[in-house]
Amino acid sequence: MATSSERSPPPFPDSEDQDVLDSEEVGGRESDEDDDGGGDDLLFVNPSNPPLTKMDTTLPPASQPSDVLMEPPSDLMNDPLIEPFSSLTENKPTSKIVSEPSDDFVDLTNNLADSPEDAAESVLADVAIDTTEIPLDEPSDDFVDIFGGETEAPREEVVIANVTVKAAAAADKSEVTSDVTDPPGDLKTGSDFEQEANETATDSIIDLSDDLLSSNAQKPPLASDQFVDPLVDFLSDAPPAADAKIPSRATVDLFEDEGNDLFTEPRQTKSAKQQQKSLFGEADEDLFGEPLGATTKKPVIKEPKGKPVPTKAARDVSNMGGPLQDGYTAEPADIFSEEAVTTVPSIKKTSAVNSKTNGVHSEEDTDIFAEATVELSLDSPQEERKKGVPAVPSASAPSVSAATSLAKPQSASLEELDDDEEEEEEEEEEQEDKFDISISVKDPEKIGDGMNAYMAYKVTTQTPLPMFRNKTFTVRRRFSDFLGLYEKLSEKHGPNGFIVPPPPEKSILGMTKVKVGKEDSSSADFVERRRAALERYLQRIVHHPSLLQDPDVREFLEREELPRAVGTQALSGAGFLKMINKATDAVSKMTIKMNESDVWFEEKLQEVESADQQFRKLHVLVESLVVHRKELSLNTASFAKSTAMLGSAEDNTALSRALSQLAEVEDKMEQLHQDQATNDTFNFAELIADYIRLLGSVRGSFDHRMKAWQRWQDAQAALQKKRETEAKLLWANKPDKLQLVKEEIAEWEVKVTQYERDFDRVTATVRKEVVRFDKEKARNFKREIINYLECLLQSQQQLIKYWEAFLPEAKAIA
Amino acid sequence: LKLANMRSVSVDLNHDASLLIDIPDALCERDKVKFTVHTKTTLSSFQKPDFSVPRQHEDFIWLHDTLVETEDYAGLIIPPVPPKPDFESPREKMHKLGEGEATMTKEEYTKMKQELEAEYLAVFKKTVQVHEVFLQRLSSHPILSKDRNFQIFLEYDQDLTVRRKNAKEMFGGFFKNMVKSADEVLISGIKEVDDFFEQEKTFLLDYYSKIKDSTAKAEKMTRSHKNIADDYIHISATLNTLSADDSTYRHCGGYYMSSFVFLQKVEGRVASDQELKLTELLRYYMRDIQAAKDLLYRRARALVDYENSNKALDKARLKSRDIPQAEEHQKQCLQKFDKLSESGKKELTSFKGRRVVAFRKNLIEMAELEIKHAKVSSPIQPRDFYTLIHVYNM
Repeated sequence: MATSSERSPPPFPDSEDQDVLDSEEVGGRESDEDDDGGGDDLLFVNPSNPPLTKMDTTLPPASQPSDVLMEPPSDLMNDPLIEPFSSLTENKPTSKIVSEPSDDFVDLTNNLADSPEDAAESVLADVAIDTTEIPLDEPSDDFVDIFGGETEAPREEVVIANVTVKAAAAADKSEVTSDVTDPPGDLKTGSDFEQEANETATDSIIDLSDDLLSSNAQKPPLASDQFVDPLVDFLSDAPPAADAKIPSRATVDLFEDEGNDLFTEPRQTKSAKQQQKSLFGEADEDLFGEPLGATTKKPVIKEPKGKPVPTKAARDVSNMGGPLQDGYTAEPADIFSEEAVTTVPSIKKTSAVNSKTNGVHSEEDTDIFAEATVELSLDSPQEERKKGVPAVPSASAPSVSAATSLAKPQSASLEELDDDEEEEEEEEEEQEDKFDISISVKDPEKIGDGMNAYMAYKVTTQTPLPMFRNKTFTVRRRFSDFLGLYEKLSEKHGPNGFIVPPPPEKSILGMTKVKVGKEDSSSADFVERRRAALERYLQRIVHHPSLLQDPDVREFLEREELPRAVGTQALSGAGFLKMINKATDAVSKMTIKMNESDVWFEEKLQEVESADQQFRKLHVLVESLVVHRKELSLNTASFAKSTAMLGSAEDNTALSRALSQLAEVEDKMEQLHQDQATNDTFNFAELIADYIRLLGSVRGSFDHRMKAWQRWQDAQAALQKKRETEAKLLWANKPDKLQLVKEEIAEWEVKVTQYERDFDRVTATVRKEVVRFDKEKARNFKREIINYLECLLQSQQQLIKYWEAFLPEAKAIA
Repeated sequence: LKLANMRSVSVDLNHDASLLIDIPDALCERDKVKFTVHTKTTLSSFQKPDFSVPRQHEDFIWLHDTLVETEDYAGLIIPPVPPKPDFESPREKMHKLGEGEATMTKEEYTKMKQELEAEYLAVFKKTVQVHEVFLQRLSSHPILSKDRNFQIFLEYDQDLTVRRKNAKEMFGGFFKNMVKSADEVLISGIKEVDDFFEQEKTFLLDYYSKIKDSTAKAEKMTRSHKNIADDYIHISATLNTLSADDSTYRHCGGYYMSSFVFLQKVEGRVASDQELKLTELLRYYMRDIQAAKDLLYRRARALVDYENSNKALDKARLKSRDIPQAEEHQKQCLQKFDKLSESGKKELTSFKGRRVVAFRKNLIEMAELEIKHAKVSSPIQPRDFYTLIHVYNM
């Protein structure tokens, strides 16, 4: 969690804003307490009343969710850790929630239906306790009526309205404010009222949706289905995850309750969904706008949310997230975002805005979860920033995550989601084998003689995964097989943006020594280094969810005899490095050409490049540490010998004895230093070497993304040319050729779309891969460095023992 | 580094409060080091009971040389002259560091500079120490403390303006040394009449070569430790840069870095303590043994002289000429030899005792320091790691 707080994105609201927000929050909370009590009372007083009970279940969650919703901005700025918890656990914040929903409600009424205005006003006028009941009975009916009457029309209208509202919101907030102001200023006045209004609003909306469902059953079931399913799935999955992450019980409850009630509702509604969305969307917008209007005295409010607000408002409007939805989604965060995205394709045309909503959600979610993971926090700030910066917050570019899910079947995204979740937990629990597969490379064995000799390694796999025929199996593989596997994998998965872990380079020098058959320590060292590197290489591959699925990987692990890998011979260490460097050059060249639209990638590439540089430097340093340690070991050994000689020359018996004891101590130290040099090498230098190689692959994946982009751009250019030709032909009036060109244009249009999608897909993959890589890297580094330091520590302990044993000897000198 | 720790060589001082000498202060100007030699005494041979004079390294050399050249002290082990202050190596390193500044990060450079400054300071203190020890050994010696030149050295409140040795004299000194070693070889064949000296001679020759070897090896070992400490500096600085650049390390990089900073400190201290307690001890006794060897040489020289005088007497008797002079000469030689043998025996015995005491003290201190450093890293480091692990897991 501390993590997230540290990494809260810089380009965010100023401290000023934060303050304002805080104050607002506080105020809201205070007022809410009373309201809460009132609301609860209400709720619990009439449990027998069916609608009320419904309200019961929904309300508490609703209030919390709204909290959550509110929190994100503040989270970004403050400690995400403390804030969300307090708000979640304590019920206080309800007031805020309440106030917003109520606004929504009011606005909703204003915007959606003319008649509702009356209703709203009446509600407002009535204020207080009555309102609660009103929605259940009358208002809901009213709404239903309204909608029922206008069922068809409103829908369209709504969509349009959404868009316009959004635009307006994005452009400036005058709209919003006006919306807000429409409802009587009372809004601010009674928090009680607001709360109740809010309650009613939520309820009524649900009811409404119910009704709507019944009234107009047609609607695109696809969208809603998709939408709902993930949610449901997610709900079933999410709670544990959420639990693990956030110990607050409130959240869990929230989920369970809402999951059942709120979510099930939408599912039934299906057709109503869109409308519901729009309703919410507006509500949302108002919600955001409202605070502005409501607290006109503090115009700052706008500021506080500064960037996030306008963008969010705009996006929220789209439809997805009413406050309610935000509420539920809040927890599942990324899960939701990803899934939500899935709906995009279907809805896309009707409301392109959706994609944006996804973004919003993911952001919010992530923020809410800020503590959660590196990945999340990486995502969200970036996106936020991206969105915040451009003049038009609702930039049409679909969020990357949207693209990801676009490309993937829904179930897949769900799986990923789960994986992510698992990973998170794993990170916390330090579980290693998330895929239940462990691989060891052992028993290097020289096969053959002379220059045709090669090393073969025993690759043993242990796994309960059903995709393998056995639970444990061992094959013999030679080094070129490992290289061959890499070639196959990188050919297949590289262009799609996957980071394929690279194997250790060929080493002609090292291998020649082995081949010549010198049994000296350096060749043994070489073999051991390579064995360990190959093991880590395979482990990285099988721990990659996508690569593990690859038939070549399975074949490599399982099949008794592999066809001899060809073409790897030429790939010597130097050649390999050259290749990587070439790729890197190409990347840097292309970077200049490509005006990077994605800040994330721009920054990441820089990060990768500087990391690469630093790793190289570090590698040199660690190698020199190894050299110095070996020197120390040697020098200690010769000093030990010399001391022993001195001891033998000494004529004082006790001193002579002490000196030879000292020689023994130094001898042991020599061993310690030697072990430490090995530790330096294997735990530290090799790790860094691995990462230099891996960073090469990361850059390769950036390169592939760039290539995809280039292809798309080329296609676009070609299309443009065709269109120009068309124009010319039109002008020249040559209908026969025109037809041909038109066909070509259509062809190219398809291609452009295809390539763009490809690019989006690659981009999404690269992004996901890089995030995964970073996470792995951090974990790996942590483990290895701790391991390394602990090794050092052990030798320190050993050292203490040796010197403590020596001390009495020194004291015995007389 | 505390000054107490700096006392690398213990001197077997007979705690005689009649003449106490220390060097409370020293000033380094370019190559010259000006020591303030402070004396506190109850002896009536001094005009005042408490006084300080400024002295340079060359003055110490002068004092040593006059002592060595004094016939009366031939039977004594003259305390070894302190080595010339060597600020060249840290200076050179500093220069190199300045050249390499561009290739380092700022903190890396600062850290390295600090290390060098510490090293420089250590060299400086060590220099002061070894000069002080020289004077203290003189002051604690029953005969040498009464030396006139020594008293002048301590008391004369002006610059001694000791004439620098000119090139000819330098060469002369070199030549003398050559002659001496040639002479040593020549007289080594002489048949020893005294078992004690026979034994001492073999022992010291053997011991000298051994301790010389050990000193060189210890120096190398210490340097290796320093190299490793320097590597840690660079590694921790690079880790720091890495963690600053990379978002995934940002929260843990600092811990790695501080761990390495810590390791560096431990390694650095191990190096400097080994330097002080072990290398310096060996170095000092290497010089002291050389002084003892010189004593043996002088005695052997006297023995040869005596034998030669015997031969001369025989010859004179044979020729019946100049017999009284020869007899006189022979008698003198015998006297000198006997005197040398007598005081040499005493000196060598006390030297042995002094050496054992010094080794004991330093070895104990070194073992204790090693344990201390290792323990410093043990109780603190695990907590460090656990914090690290803990924070990281959040």
